[in-house]
Amino acid sequence: MAVSEPGPEHTEATDRQAKTDVDRHTYDAPDAGGGLVAGRGRRGMFGVQDGGDTTGFGGLRLPPYVPAPARRPFGGYFDELTDELLAALAEKGVAADAIQQVTVDRGELTWYVRRDHLLELCRTLRDDPALRFELCVSVSGVDYGVDVPQRLHAVYHLLSMTYRRRVRLEVVVGVDDPHVPSILEVYPTADWHERETWDMYGIVFDGHPGLTRILMPDDWDGHPQRKDYPLGGIPVEYKGAEIPPPDQRRAYT
Amino acid sequence: MTGYLGPTSGPTSGTTHAPHVAERQDPYPAEAQDPHAVEPRETTEGTVYTVTGGDWDEMLAESVHDERIVINMGPQHPSTHGVLRLVLELEGERVTQARSVIGYLHTGIEKNCEYRTWTQGVTFVTRADYLSPLFNEAAYCLATERLLNVEAPPRAQVIRVLLMEINRIGSHLVALATGAMEIGALTGMTIGFREREEVLHLLEFLTGLRMNHAFIRPGGLVQDLPDGYDEKTRAFVKLMDSRLPELDKLLTGQPVWQQRLRGVGYLPVDGCLALGVTGPILRAAGLPWDMRKTEPYLGYEDYEFDVPTSTDADCYARYVLRVEEMHQSLRLVIQALQRLEPGPVMVEDPKIAWPARLTIGADGMGNSLAHVRKIMGQSMESLIHHFKLVTEGFTVPPGQAYAAVESPRGELGVHLVSDGGTRPLRVHLRDPSFVNLQSMPAMCEGGMVADVIAAVASIDPVMGGVDR
Repeated sequence: MAVSEPGPEHTEATDRQAKTDVDRHTYDAPDAGGGLVAGRGRRGMFGVQDGGDTTGFGGLRLPPYVPAPARRPFGGYFDELTDELLAALAEKGVAADAIQQVTVDRGELTWYVRRDHLLELCRTLRDDPALRFELCVSVSGVDYGVDVPQRLHAVYHLLSMTYRRRVRLEVVVGVDDPHVPSILEVYPTADWHERETWDMYGIVFDGHPGLTRILMPDDWDGHPQRKDYPLGGIPVEYKGAEIPPPDQRRAYT
Repeated sequence: MTGYLGPTSGPTSGTTHAPHVAERQDPYPAEAQDPHAVEPRETTEGTVYTVTGGDWDEMLAESVHDERIVINMGPQHPSTHGVLRLVLELEGERVTQARSVIGYLHTGIEKNCEYRTWTQGVTFVTRADYLSPLFNEAAYCLATERLLNVEAPPRAQVIRVLLMEINRIGSHLVALATGAMEIGALTGMTIGFREREEVLHLLEFLTGLRMNHAFIRPGGLVQDLPDGYDEKTRAFVKLMDSRLPELDKLLTGQPVWQQRLRGVGYLPVDGCLALGVTGPILRAAGLPWDMRKTEPYLGYEDYEFDVPTSTDADCYARYVLRVEEMHQSLRLVIQALQRLEPGPVMVEDPKIAWPARLTIGADGMGNSLAHVRKIMGQSMESLIHHFKLVTEGFTVPPGQAYAAVESPRGELGVHLVSDGGTRPLRVHLRDPSFVNLQSMPAMCEGGMVADVIAAVASIDPVMGGVDR
């Protein structure tokens, strides 16, 4: 897909950016929405990185995906829920910018949250009678890749059984400062989730009483699910040809 | 014998201590010179007490802490449900602290998925929780379909429900069978695995494989059910209807079974919610949270079934609940059979649907001859399309999605992130075993060590799902 024809999923922000910046370099480090870049910029086609451009598509540039801020009305219960949360936060004296961005995508509500207020936010979500998110379904990490500023995201899925609502919280941090407050004291179930996220992504959950590795051995080096950590594997011989390990095979993405 | 008590110096002492309470004060008035003086000595084996009678209380006060032992159980242990390792601190037979150590079956499924196409990811996630493979596949495919903004055709949805409910019976049977074996009811094990074999036979007939089916694919199913599925499935339901009551006859009312399970592994609703526990454990605590009812997917809202609950919140309640859920699953299987109507089992969009129609040939399952004839002989475009879709895979618009199904163990969620490529950027399985296993200390601490086994069995963790 060429830059001049952005798909429907592209926001105005990326649109504008695509028109002004055509240099690849700017796609690697864009300043879009406070670091909410979720993906890498692409160039060319068919995944050709090495060798000459024989496809004729080598000049294509595709900007990285940036989740679009939602506009009101969000639809469904999302408006009511967001209003309730903002009201509850105002009662507690938490600044409204605790929520960095609201995104509604594919029928799911995502709040991008600043880490300073995460614990207070979770406590409000759990205890406020109009919100009642009793269950923290999961905490996990996402690594968006080495080119992305603030590439580590801590993702929280919360569930309100009373109102049958779901919401996703996302905290965005960089690898040089991968600190997120632990929500263990609000949701004890986050214990193992946070340990796994630390183990796999190296996100440090401050305040966790025993943030140790959980899936990998205690003396393991590195965080295996980061994008710059190799998958590993050995080449396999098949009918005389050598099949490279999966992470060295050609990718078409 | 009143004087000679407890551990003594034994061979390290030159003389043995005779039980002579009266002599204690007399023969060596100066205590410093007394070779038989009553005082603990430090040896390489630890403190050795010489007790001659009057100082029993003193010794008890000293040594009561020595009763506390830390034992390691697993990861290779027949009663820990796979490669689960438990570290138990005991005082006598009472568990004061229990911790589980996991990671022995970590196979990097999530990371591996990032290096395969979206379709290939199914073959990886199906191996996570290996007792409920079809649930893993269904949750993964529902999340992928949400990202793609497509919906599987009605026939595919009904077949998914059918397969999942058959799978649920098999999973619960293993839970009962292994749980029975672990607390010593070996006939429960043989009966459970015998019935589960029927489930596997049926799944093999329907999908081609006993486990790790990779039958549910993004956009629908890999192929339609084979001829004769209806009779075979109905025969299975009939067989199960006659055999499930045997479990009741053998176990439900049995005094030993009840004494081992009643009041054991207690975890009330608030504990469940704080620890994130879902599934049979939560329903056995009284909260009727079953996502097939509360957040219906795949048309579950149109089926008639009950969600059994209990308020006992112990191992016995979980056992009874699982047996009842199997009966409900049989109801659902019959309803799914009645709902099946002819139609496609894969989305029409040729950019997503697998290009070939698989058939059974002389050398096993493969591309249908008609399709091979077409792409090799008639249509270059079809060949290109086939090649690209199979090697490159389909692209998924960027964004993220979370889809969850009610697996036999609770909420099985799949969080997928796409950056617009032909491979997932992130695949996360929210596996109920992983989360539920956190409740083990809450169920076990303060109880007897034998009850740990019953409690872990009632959690029913599957280590393939816990460690992924």
